[in-house]
Amino acid sequence: MSNLIAWIIRAIPFGTIIMFGSMGEIVTEKSGNLNLGVPGIMYLGGFAGFASSYYYEKLSPDPKGWICVIIALSAAILASMFGGLIFSFLTITLRANQNVTGLALTTFGQGVANFFGVFILNGSSYSAAPLANAAFAKKMPFLSSKFGVISKTVFSYGFLVYVAIILAVVLHYVLNKTRVGLNLRAVGENPGTADAAGINVTKYKYLATCLGAGISGIGGLYYVLDYNQGIWATTGQIEALGWLAVALVIFTTWKPLNAIWGAYLFGMLYWLYQFLPSLLGIKVASYVTDLIQMVPYVVTIIVLVVISFRKKKENQPPESLGLSYFREER
Amino acid sequence: MSKESAKIKEPFVRIVKRDGATFRNKLAARAVAILLALVVDAVFIFSVTGLNPLAVYGVMFNGTFMTSVRFSWAMRDLVTLLCIGIALAPAFKMRFWNIGAEGQVLMGGLATALVMVKFGQSMSAPMLFLTMFLTSVIAGGIWGFVPAFFKAYWNTNETLFTLMMNYVATSIVACMTNIMRGKASSLGKLNMSNQAGWFPQFLGQRYNINILIVVILTFVMYFYLKYSKQGYEISVVGESENTARYAGINVKRVTIRTMILSGAICGLVGFLIVAGRDQTISTTSAGGNGFTAIIVAWLAKFNTFYMALISFLLIFLSRGASEIASAYSLNDFAASIIEGIILFFILGSEFFINYKMVFRGSKHKEVR
Amino acid sequence: MEYAVQLKNVTKTFGKVVANKDVSLDIRKGEILSLLGENGSGKTTLMNMIAGIYYPDEGEIFVNGAPVEIRSPKDAYNLGIGMIHQHFKLIDVFTAVENIALGLEKSEKFDMKAIQAKTQEICDRYHFDLNLSQKVYEMSVSQKQTLEIVKVLYRGADILILDEPTAVLTPQETERLFEVIRNMKNDNKSVIIITHKLHEVLEISDRVAILRKGEYIGAVDTKDATENSLTEMMVGKKVELNIQRSEPENTVKRLSISNLTVYNKEKVKVLDDISFDAYGGEILGIAGISGNGQKELLEAIAGLQVTAEGSSIRFYERGKESSPMELVGRTPKKIRDAGIHLAFVPEDRLGMGLVGSMGMTGNMLLKSYGRGRLPITDTKGPKQLAERVKKELEVVTPSINTPVSRLSGGNVQKVLVGREIAEEPTVLMTAYAVRGLDINTSYTIYNLLDEEKKKGVAVIYVGEDLDVLIDLCDRILVLCDGKANGIVEGRRTTKEEVGLLMTNLKKGGAENE
Repeated sequence: MSNLIAWIIRAIPFGTIIMFGSMGEIVTEKSGNLNLGVPGIMYLGGFAGFASSYYYEKLSPDPKGWICVIIALSAAILASMFGGLIFSFLTITLRANQNVTGLALTTFGQGVANFFGVFILNGSSYSAAPLANAAFAKKMPFLSSKFGVISKTVFSYGFLVYVAIILAVVLHYVLNKTRVGLNLRAVGENPGTADAAGINVTKYKYLATCLGAGISGIGGLYYVLDYNQGIWATTGQIEALGWLAVALVIFTTWKPLNAIWGAYLFGMLYWLYQFLPSLLGIKVASYVTDLIQMVPYVVTIIVLVVISFRKKKENQPPESLGLSYFREER
Repeated sequence: MSKESAKIKEPFVRIVKRDGATFRNKLAARAVAILLALVVDAVFIFSVTGLNPLAVYGVMFNGTFMTSVRFSWAMRDLVTLLCIGIALAPAFKMRFWNIGAEGQVLMGGLATALVMVKFGQSMSAPMLFLTMFLTSVIAGGIWGFVPAFFKAYWNTNETLFTLMMNYVATSIVACMTNIMRGKASSLGKLNMSNQAGWFPQFLGQRYNINILIVVILTFVMYFYLKYSKQGYEISVVGESENTARYAGINVKRVTIRTMILSGAICGLVGFLIVAGRDQTISTTSAGGNGFTAIIVAWLAKFNTFYMALISFLLIFLSRGASEIASAYSLNDFAASIIEGIILFFILGSEFFINYKMVFRGSKHKEVR
Repeated sequence: MEYAVQLKNVTKTFGKVVANKDVSLDIRKGEILSLLGENGSGKTTLMNMIAGIYYPDEGEIFVNGAPVEIRSPKDAYNLGIGMIHQHFKLIDVFTAVENIALGLEKSEKFDMKAIQAKTQEICDRYHFDLNLSQKVYEMSVSQKQTLEIVKVLYRGADILILDEPTAVLTPQETERLFEVIRNMKNDNKSVIIITHKLHEVLEISDRVAILRKGEYIGAVDTKDATENSLTEMMVGKKVELNIQRSEPENTVKRLSISNLTVYNKEKVKVLDDISFDAYGGEILGIAGISGNGQKELLEAIAGLQVTAEGSSIRFYERGKESSPMELVGRTPKKIRDAGIHLAFVPEDRLGMGLVGSMGMTGNMLLKSYGRGRLPITDTKGPKQLAERVKKELEVVTPSINTPVSRLSGGNVQKVLVGREIAEEPTVLMTAYAVRGLDINTSYTIYNLLDEEKKKGVAVIYVGEDLDVLIDLCDRILVLCDGKANGIVEGRRTTKEEVGLLMTNLKKGGAENE
C-alpha cells in the first residue's frame, strides 16, 4: 500500500511536466501546426524561469516567494512564446517545412538553455534557486495534512499540479464551447473552409502556436523549479520529457481532458520499473527496468495504429496537420 | 467607381508561387541567408562574451583546419551525419517523413555490438564482419519496415510513428548494454582483448574505412535516385500517387521497399559507428545525428553531394564551437545556438526561392 | 416587376480568356430561375460575381434596385445573397450546428443552444430533413447539400444560388430538393439553379436564362419552352470547323465492352451497364456533360477502376484478333506486361499523365522505365524520343530537361500526347485532349488523332465541344448519368440530336442506331 502511494506521489508530478508540454502542443496542433520543437521550447521555458528567479534571489536584498513565482512564470512563458514565434514566422509566414523547423528549434532551445546555464553554473555541477523552489513546491496548508492517504496522494503537490488540471478543463471548454475554439479547430481541420467563412487563418495559427508554446514552456519551468527541486544542471532530461509530451498528444487523441489521466498514466508507466517489482514482491534485474522505460512509447504507437485502423474521425489528427496554408491567388 | 474598388481589392503585397528559381537565384538566396545568420551570430557572440566576432570566427576555423588530425576528426563526424542523410534521402524523396533515423541507427549499432560480443571469439574476421554487416542492415531495415507497413496499408501517420520508434530503440539498447556490461559501471570498448570486429587501421585510422564507405555510398545513392528504376519509382510516388498508379507502379510496395532501404542504411551507420568509430554501443551512439540529418537531407533536396556540403557546414560549426569553448572557456552548447540560427535563416530563405512577392501595381500593365 | 438582382453589362476576363462578355440578366423576386448552358459557358463565373467570389471587370450589379459592390462572400450575405457551391465548404468533424455557427458575425452571441434552436426553426419551416447534432462526415451528399442550404438561409439569404445541385443527387433526393426549392419560392425567396439538365429545368423553374460561350443568349418562360427549343438556344447553330476527317478504312474490332458497371467510393453507380465496341481505323467520340461517367469509363479500361461483377472489357491486340484479352481485373502494369498497346491521355495531365517536376525525358520514361533487364533506366531512348516529340510536335521548352510543370498548357499536352502516340498503340484513349488549349494547338491534336486513325489505331475521343465531336469523330457514344444513351454517326447527326441525348435520358437505355 505504502508502495502504491509512493508510486502515485512520484507519478503525478512527473505527469504534470508532460501534461503542460502536451497541452501546449495540443493547442498548437489544433491550428494545424505540428511543432516538433516542444523539447526546445520546454528547455527555453525551464531555463528562463530558473535564471530569472535565480538572479532575483541573488540580487534582491529581500526576495519574496510570491514575487519569485510571478517573475519565473512570466519569464518562462515569454521565453517559450518567443520560441513559438520563431516557429510561427518560419512556418506560417515563410512556409518553411514544419518538421524541419521544429527540429531546428529543438536544437536551438536546448543550445540556448544549456549555454547560458553554464554561465550560471560557473564551474559547479549544479546551482539552485531554493526560494523559488519553496514557493513552487509549497503544499496546500490544510488539505495536505488532515486527510491521511488522500492528503498524501491528492493534496501534497505544488500549485502548478492543480493549475495544470484547471488548465486542461479550461482548454477543453475553450476548444469545444466557444467561438474561438470552434474557429481554431476549423483552421486546423480545413483552413480553406475557415478562410471562406471569414476567419483569419494566419492570425489563429500564430496565436495558437505562440500560446501553445507558452503553455509547453511552463512544463519546463515546473520541471526545474518544482520537480527537480529548483536545481539547474546540464543534463539532457528535458529533451526526453519533451518527446514524451509529443507522444502524449497522440495518446490523448488531441483532447485536453484526456491529457489529465493520460499524463498521470504516463507518469505511472515511467516509474513502473521502480515500484511494480516491489509492489508485486518480486526482484527484477536492472536491465528489465531499462526495457520497461519503453512502455509509454509503445503504448503511444499502439494508440496511433489503432486510431488509423478504426478511422474514427474524432480521434484523427487535425486534417491539415503539418501543412502550410497558401491561398492561391486568382 | 469600379476601378477604385478594384484597387482596394488588391493588397499591398501578394505572394505568388515561383515556377522554379534559377540556380543563381537559389545560390544567392542561400548565400544571403548564411551571411545574415553569421551577422546575427556575431551579434550574439559579441553581446554575450564581448569578444571580437571576427577573431572568434577565426578560432572557429581552427576547430576543423588547424591540424590534419582535427581535419580527419571532422571528416569522421561528417561521414556519420552524411550517411544518415543519405539514408533519409530516398524516404524524403518519396515524401515519407522518416524521423526515426536515430532509432534505426541505434538498432543497427546494437545488432553489430551483439554479434561482436557473441561471435568475436569464434568467427573468422571476414565472416564476422559479414555477419555484423548483415545483422545491422536487417535490424535497421526492420525498424524502417514497421512504420512503412502501417503507412502503406492504413495510412498511419509516419512522422509520429517513426519518432516514437526512436525511444523504443533507445530503451532496448539501454537494456542490452545493461546486460552486456554486467556489474561494471560502463560498457567500455567491446572485445578489448582481441579487437575482433574492430575495423582494421587504414591509413592510420580505423574510421578511415567509414569515410571510404560513405564516400562510395554518396555516389551510389546519387546514381540510385537519379538513374535506377527504383529511384524513378520513388520520384513518381513522391510527386503524385495518381500518376504512379497510372504508370502502373505499386505504391504500397514502393513505400515499404524504400523505407526498408532507408532503415537498412541507417542500420549500416550503426555498424560503422560501432566497428569503425566507437568500438562500443550506448544509448547516445547516434548522438542526435539522426535528427540533424533530417535537416541536412531536407535542405539538400535529396542531392547527396549537397548533403555533403551542408554536413560539412554543420560539422565545421560544431567543431568550431568546441574550439571557441575551450579557447575562451565557454561551452560546447554555443554550437547548438549558432547552428540553430543558421538553420533558421536557411529554412527561411527557402521562401524566397519558392515564392516571389508581387507588389501592388507592378503587374497591371501586363493585364491591360 | 420587382427585381431581386439585376446584372448590367457585366464582363469578366481571366487573363486572355473572356468568361463573361457584356451579360445583362434580371432575377425577379420569388421566382425560380434556371441558368442553362454548356460546360465553360460562364454560368458559374457569372454567379460567383453575385456571391462575392469574383469581382466584375466591367458592369454593375443591382440588388433590390440599388447599385451594390460585392467584394466578399460576407458582403453577399449582408445583401441577402447566398451561394451553394459544388464543392461543399464544410468541416467534416463538426456537427451540422457547429458548421452553421462557424464564421457567424461577431455581433451575434455565441450561444450554441440559440443557434441550434434557430436552425431547427428553419428546418421545420422548409421541411428539411437534417439531424443537427450529426457530424458532417456521417452525412450523405444530399444531407451535406441540405446543410449548405440551411447555412445560407440561417444567414438570412433571400436570394439563393445553387451550382449544379442535382449533379450529386439520386432521383429521389432531387425530388426532395425540388420540393424544398418550391417551399422557398412560396416564401418569396428567389432561387437560381445552375444546370444543364433539361428535364429538370422544365420541371422546376419559372424562367430559363441561357448562356453560351460567355454570352447571354436570352431568357424564356418555362411554360413556352420545350427541350428542343432550349437545346437549340444552348448549343447554337452548327459551326463549320474544317477538321480533317479521313474515311475509315479496314475497320477491325479492337475493343469490346459489355455490361461495364463501376461504383465510386461513395458507392454511387457512376457507370451503368455500358456496352459498345471500338474499331481500329475510326475515331469513336464520347459525348456527355462532364461528370457523367467519361472519366471512369476511360480509367476502367486503363485498369484504374474497380469494376462491378459481370463487367467485361475485351481487347483485340494486333495480330491476336482471334484471342481477345480480358482487361477486367488487370492493373495497368499487368495490362502492359501482357503485351497490350493501350495508350491513355488522361484528363488531369500533370496530376496523372505526367510528373510535373521532371523534364520531357523523365516523362517519356513514365510507362517504359521498367524495360530492359538492368536495374538502371534506359535514358538514351527516352532522350531521343523527347527530342523527336519536341521537334515533330513543336513543343516550346527551353530544354528537354525543363520540368514540364513550367511549360504552357498546350505544350504540356503535346508532351503527353506525343509520348502516348510514340508507343504505337492499338487503342488510343484521350480525355478532353484540347481543354484549355489555343486553336492552333487544338488543330494539331485533331490532326494527330486523324493520323493515328489512318494508321489503323482505334481512337477514343472524349470531348465537350459538340462541333468538334461531330466534325472529328466517325461515331459518337453519348453518355448520360453513367448510361450509354445512344451511338450516333458523326457524319449524319446534328448538334440538337447529340444535345438531347446528353441531357435527356432515353427510356430503355442504349440502342445502337
